[in-house]
Amino acid sequence: MKFGVVQFPGSCDERDALLAARLVGDAELLWHADPDLKGVDAVIIPGGFSYGDYLRVGAIARFSPVMVEVDRFARHGGLVLGICNGFQVLCEAGLLSGALLPNTSLRFVCRQVDVEVVNASIPWTAGVERGDVLSIPAKHTTGRYWAPDPVLDELEANGQVVVRYAPGHNFNGSARDIAGVCNAAGNVMGLMPHPEHAVDVLTGSVDGLRLIGSPA
Amino acid sequence: MRVRVLIRPKAGILDPQGQAVERALPALGFEGVANVHVGRLVELDVEDESRVPEMCERLLANPLIEDYEIQP
Repeated sequence: MKFGVVQFPGSCDERDALLAARLVGDAELLWHADPDLKGVDAVIIPGGFSYGDYLRVGAIARFSPVMVEVDRFARHGGLVLGICNGFQVLCEAGLLSGALLPNTSLRFVCRQVDVEVVNASIPWTAGVERGDVLSIPAKHTTGRYWAPDPVLDELEANGQVVVRYAPGHNFNGSARDIAGVCNAAGNVMGLMPHPEHAVDVLTGSVDGLRLIGSPA
Repeated sequence: MRVRVLIRPKAGILDPQGQAVERALPALGFEGVANVHVGRLVELDVEDESRVPEMCERLLANPLIEDYEIQP
């Protein structure tokens, strides 16, 4: 399994994503200005502040040359994982439903959170079980997942809510405790917490590796 | 042609920024203020005004979470 990790100007988690992906397969960087996915099997859009998060989080990044290819790849069933800013980019790009709004506290929050696996039947959750609780760090200012109620109902009915914050861990005010969702086909997933930062016992948890390693 | 686009959070979506401003005003003696919302203003010089709605839909606003208003 070869992962491609997209790097935008302002990305800051691409090195950890590369490191995490290399623990379970091969990985290389994909530069934002190159409309070339280099034949990778899966794409990770990492966290950070792409294009300075100007205008709205993820709004500019979605128009970068590499995203044109990611869009095509995703619509043909290619595996795509968006983490934090990557999740925001995928929502802006219309590959995932909903949007990420400022945390209700309006503060940047960095903490370890427990997330519960709700759907373990997509490629990105093949290595976990429904009901598993994963300990993963989250660090963001704009992570309040929101979608209109009918869309939330549809996501829940279709099994597109993949991970939820465990009771007491929804620090950003996300609708229905949603921490991560997938598209209808299940090949595209986005989540706010950072599995790529939870891949070594040295930093407290290896639970993130179970997600990143799922398709490998 | 100078165009101004006002962008605001859609009604019904929690707007903590507006709430923070609303709570701060009485502390300065400004009573009787309600429904404060904070949005943004985009000013553009455009050759073709008719393309501004499309600019709003595709980039300047996220129509899922924001309303926009184009002013000449």
